[in-house]
Amino acid sequence: MNEALTLLSFGPNGWGDELAEGLWLTIRLALTTLPIGLILGFLIALAKQSDEPWLRRAANIYTTVFRGVPELVTLFVIYYGGQTLLQTVLGYFTNTYIEVSGFAAGVVALSVVFSAFSSEVFLSAFRGIPLGQYEGAQALGLSRFQTMGKIIAPQLVRLALPGLSNLWLILLKDTALVSVIALDDLLRKTSVAVGNTKEPFLFYMAACLIYFVLSLSSSALLTQLDKRANRGLTR
Amino acid sequence: MSKAYVAQRILPAKAPPPTAGLGWSAAKIIGIILVAFWALAGLAIFANFAFNTEGDFLARYGPRMLQGLWKTIWITLISIGLGMLLAALLTAMRLSPSRIIQAPAAAFMTFFRGTPLIAQIFLIYYGSGEFTDFFKTAGLWWFFSDAIYCAILAFSLNTAAYQAQIYIGAIRTVSQGQREAGQALGLSRMAITRKIVLPQAAITALRPLGNEIVLMVKGSAIASVITVLDLMGETRLAYSRSFDFQVYLWAAVLYLVIVETLRRVWDVLEERLTRHLKR
Repeated sequence: MNEALTLLSFGPNGWGDELAEGLWLTIRLALTTLPIGLILGFLIALAKQSDEPWLRRAANIYTTVFRGVPELVTLFVIYYGGQTLLQTVLGYFTNTYIEVSGFAAGVVALSVVFSAFSSEVFLSAFRGIPLGQYEGAQALGLSRFQTMGKIIAPQLVRLALPGLSNLWLILLKDTALVSVIALDDLLRKTSVAVGNTKEPFLFYMAACLIYFVLSLSSSALLTQLDKRANRGLTR
Repeated sequence: MSKAYVAQRILPAKAPPPTAGLGWSAAKIIGIILVAFWALAGLAIFANFAFNTEGDFLARYGPRMLQGLWKTIWITLISIGLGMLLAALLTAMRLSPSRIIQAPAAAFMTFFRGTPLIAQIFLIYYGSGEFTDFFKTAGLWWFFSDAIYCAILAFSLNTAAYQAQIYIGAIRTVSQGQREAGQALGLSRMAITRKIVLPQAAITALRPLGNEIVLMVKGSAIASVITVLDLMGETRLAYSRSFDFQVYLWAAVLYLVIVETLRRVWDVLEERLTRHLKR
């Protein structure tokens, strides 16, 4: 027991500080992905409910593809494909070799997947807003942009929050996949620790528990957010 | 004054509303460009598949990838099946009135739903290595030393937690009145559960269960990280030998085909099973 605590402690004999570094990267990855995925997802939801059939088609293909392909495959396609693409494009101009960073590939892959799912959440939230809200805004003489910003978006947040909360929890867990492209996230650091200490059960269990705490604390936070978003409706 | 006169004077005829779909709006141009991009990407993958310049590439890796595909399918099927049995048990435990029976099921479910599948699979496959002697004496080492069995175990436990959540939710949506009506008819508790509650819950659970199966198909790609040669495993192997990144695109297409087929089949199934609910 004492031995296990030493191994998990911070300091020269323990792996606590390494795991903390990994955890920090995991959190950064998730927090960088979130806004990109949300904005992209919102735009795709707009495209999906556009009057223009071509735009709808393009958006639907996007979601079908990125919801149907495993996250791991998307990650590899973007990591290796991005590298190949960048190399080919750069090859026309210079001979310099630029490596695609694992972090960037991870953010792109996770954002793409997140946006495909979040666009569905936004879309159903849009459908939950009565048409009268748009008509009311129009009657007040608001522009389309003002209608979206002042009337629709604030109501959309409340309707989309439960779905988006779920997606955030999924995103947190999906970040662990980047460890396979040699990005030093929590899981990868854990694997390094396992390689050095030969204590796989202890360290993977510790990693699982850290992810678990991360999930629990963010769902507690999201419950509070949800309460806040619904405060106008509760009596 | 005739009505027509009034109408003409007071309400002058408006121009007809602009016809949608004609003309070149910015949205249409962007839409067509994006669709064209998708069409080109699809065409490129297909062309690469059909006329691959290194002729033996397909011959060398094609059959192996199909084998991997087959492995992916049966790993998923077994995991879903085993997960379903375990989920039934978990559901029964969670719905029992006793706290002592509820607690372990709840702990199991929150743990497996709150941690990443890839960490769970590492925990089971590598973690079991720490207890080699124990498993050897227990005669279970053949199981834990094989990556495929470990993958199936991890997937089954994981999907059981998610499936149980679905079933519990579905059973809770069956209104209390249904149960009371059963009691009023003098049916036994067993009969009420089997003949009244479960059939109605099954209909509610159908859609989320379909989503969960899709998630499991996609999640099964994670088995490749512990050296299982499923579709993703074969793909990674082919890539590590050829450095031809296109294999990943083929894998993506194959996964997409499975998932889309599953989705369509599930839609038909749901349509058929709920046809009595339509008016």
